Amino acid sequence: MKLNGAQILVDCLKSEGVKHIFGYPGGAVLHIYDALDACTTMDHILVRHEQGAVHAADGYARTSGKCGVALVTSGPGLTNAVTGIATAFTDSIPMVVISGQVPSAVIGSDAFQEVDAVGITRSCVKHNFLVKNADDLAQTVKKAFYIATTGRPGPVLIDVTKDATIAEIDYEGYPETISMRSYQPEVQVNADQVAKAIDIIASARQPIIYSGGGSVIGNASEALTALTRRTGFPITQTLMGLGAYPATDKQSLGMLGMHGTYESNMAMHGSDCVIAIGARFDDRITGNLEKFCPDAKIIHIDIDPSSVGKVVGVDVSVIGQVNDVLRALIKGLENKELPNIDAWWQQINQWREVDSLAYKTKSGVIKPQTAVEALYEVTQGDAIVTSDVGQHQMWAAQYYPFDKPRRWINSGGLGTMGFGLPAAMGAKLAEPELDVACITGDGSIQMMLQELSTMLQFHTPVKIINLNNGYLGMVRQWQEFFYDKRYSMSYMDALPDFVKLAESYGHIGIRVEKEEDLKPALIEAFKQKDRTVFIDIITDPTENVFPMIPSGAGHHEMLLAGRDEMASTNDSGLNLV
Amino acid sequence: MRHIISVQLENESGALSRVSGLFSARGFNIESLTVATTNDPTMSRMTIVSIGDDNIIEQIIKQLNKLIDVVSVTDLTATEHIERELLLVKISLKNDSQAEVDRVLDGFDAKIIDASEEAYTIELAGKSQKINDFIEAFDADKILEVSRTGVTGVCQKI
Repeated sequence: MKLNGAQILVDCLKSEGVKHIFGYPGGAVLHIYDALDACTTMDHILVRHEQGAVHAADGYARTSGKCGVALVTSGPGLTNAVTGIATAFTDSIPMVVISGQVPSAVIGSDAFQEVDAVGITRSCVKHNFLVKNADDLAQTVKKAFYIATTGRPGPVLIDVTKDATIAEIDYEGYPETISMRSYQPEVQVNADQVAKAIDIIASARQPIIYSGGGSVIGNASEALTALTRRTGFPITQTLMGLGAYPATDKQSLGMLGMHGTYESNMAMHGSDCVIAIGARFDDRITGNLEKFCPDAKIIHIDIDPSSVGKVVGVDVSVIGQVNDVLRALIKGLENKELPNIDAWWQQINQWREVDSLAYKTKSGVIKPQTAVEALYEVTQGDAIVTSDVGQHQMWAAQYYPFDKPRRWINSGGLGTMGFGLPAAMGAKLAEPELDVACITGDGSIQMMLQELSTMLQFHTPVKIINLNNGYLGMVRQWQEFFYDKRYSMSYMDALPDFVKLAESYGHIGIRVEKEEDLKPALIEAFKQKDRTVFIDIITDPTENVFPMIPSGAGHHEMLLAGRDEMASTNDSGLNLV
Repeated sequence: MRHIISVQLENESGALSRVSGLFSARGFNIESLTVATTNDPTMSRMTIVSIGDDNIIEQIIKQLNKLIDVVSVTDLTATEHIERELLLVKISLKNDSQAEVDRVLDGFDAKIIDASEEAYTIELAGKSQKINDFIEAFDADKILEVSRTGVTGVCQKI
């Protein structure tokens, strides 16, 4: 069959089962858009900025577990997409991004809207391709999806020259299988390593399971829950891992790390056996490495060998799909008797009594924590919640306990402000039946506001919960603690009227200034099933995120709200920021 | 410690920058890097000399393995291996120094591949230490130009 490159590309995406593409047209991709116009099985979502396209594809991928797809033009189209690509890369999200490129004959001549896309994205993709020949398109698309979705997932960029989309060739159909000698993601779980891990587990007196984003991405929620129940061990989850194990279960200690719970961090510090599952010992998790888990034997389960030993030395590593490894562990534990850990639980329960997430309410002021708790109540804890980056992100993670995986969608690794709104749009398209809430702040929301327009055009009704404190709150918090309250550029003057703004985009806007109005407003908002509602909640401008491990401190050196004076840490600590 | 890492990778455009980009992005050190195609024209072999403690070398090897174009990675220094480097150097013959230069050449089994009244161009292959020793055997002002290939190597095991 004679087809041009653009038609072939569209057929490849169709054959891959793609249903939604997020993109923005431009000169280099006009042939692709022309081919898309004739396609009836895929919906193209026209964003208002390419960064929004990639974040939306990312939110779609995180929610559905499928590969996200974005399409952008050459030059600025690609450079705008880079932040989104890097965000997906850091959090290991499967995604294929297709960018247009100038015609191959003019590559390297500084042509109009030319950038070296493959060069620019090299360090923030799992892999990338430049396709200059229509004959290479089908094979490349097949490889791209294969690479993006297997092993440790990640974004793959396909940069396609305009002439490759125009050329007409004989198309023999989309390849059914692919094999690459240089990329073999299948891993057999090593039984010896599993046996070693079981030996450590079977002699642990103060064990803790530390589960990360890999448990979500690897669809290992069921196995993780089974292992946790079987062992009776306490479990703490990272910001990226929330929801893989039900947060409201009694074995769950909540999140760990910089703003984790007291019981999680103290249990990590006091543990003699840490089972790290799909987690990468990020600096926001470990605090000061010299003080990290001083007495623990560490078992590290991960799909990526390079994660093992990168930050923290481990005693046993088991490489493989998290699901496979957890099932092997469960099987290996079948006839094992584990030591009694009642004393450990008693200790943990004492730490729990500290009630580290307690906060003081103040009359006449809405506490941001209260707003998140109200959202939890109104949505019965069952919404998909996306967030932006900053204080509101931490409060969302702390006060909205997730019981299911793929319900908490946030940029944990790169910390990309502006992520939340387009991600919510992608999430709604992936799960149209579920309520989607975007918890954001007055700083973050303004980074991707324009997508409100896309959300109207493509009918993705979400509820935007804007915790409006008039500050870049996390920056303000650090300036208060570590820079003698010199609030350099963290105050946002001249904020827009978010209610009018929402209305001008065709949505509903509600402002909430009193605590008693909070729940009624949220109930009203979620009644509007078909509308996007922007709920602008005026919150306490001086509230800080607690508990907190100050920089340079260990897990056992947490500061608690209202109980510890926050003193500036020493210089060596600040260097760790 | 110094390690020689041998990498087999797809002979595709951009493969070299993926490797060099990895080293700069992650702050790994490169002492030398050589690359050329192998008997299989679709495959290149790259030999990288790097210095780092065991943890760093382990990370380098793991990160290289993670690159999609990389087929295999071997730490040659972990096994019996042969390493060679090629030197081309121009040595001045001014101020009647020819006899002295000839004496050095005899000691090193070096080859004169081009000669004029003013200078020799000399070729020497060997381990890096031998190349260093050879260069140091001349007075600095006699050395007009030095070009070294960097190390390449193979495992002795068949």
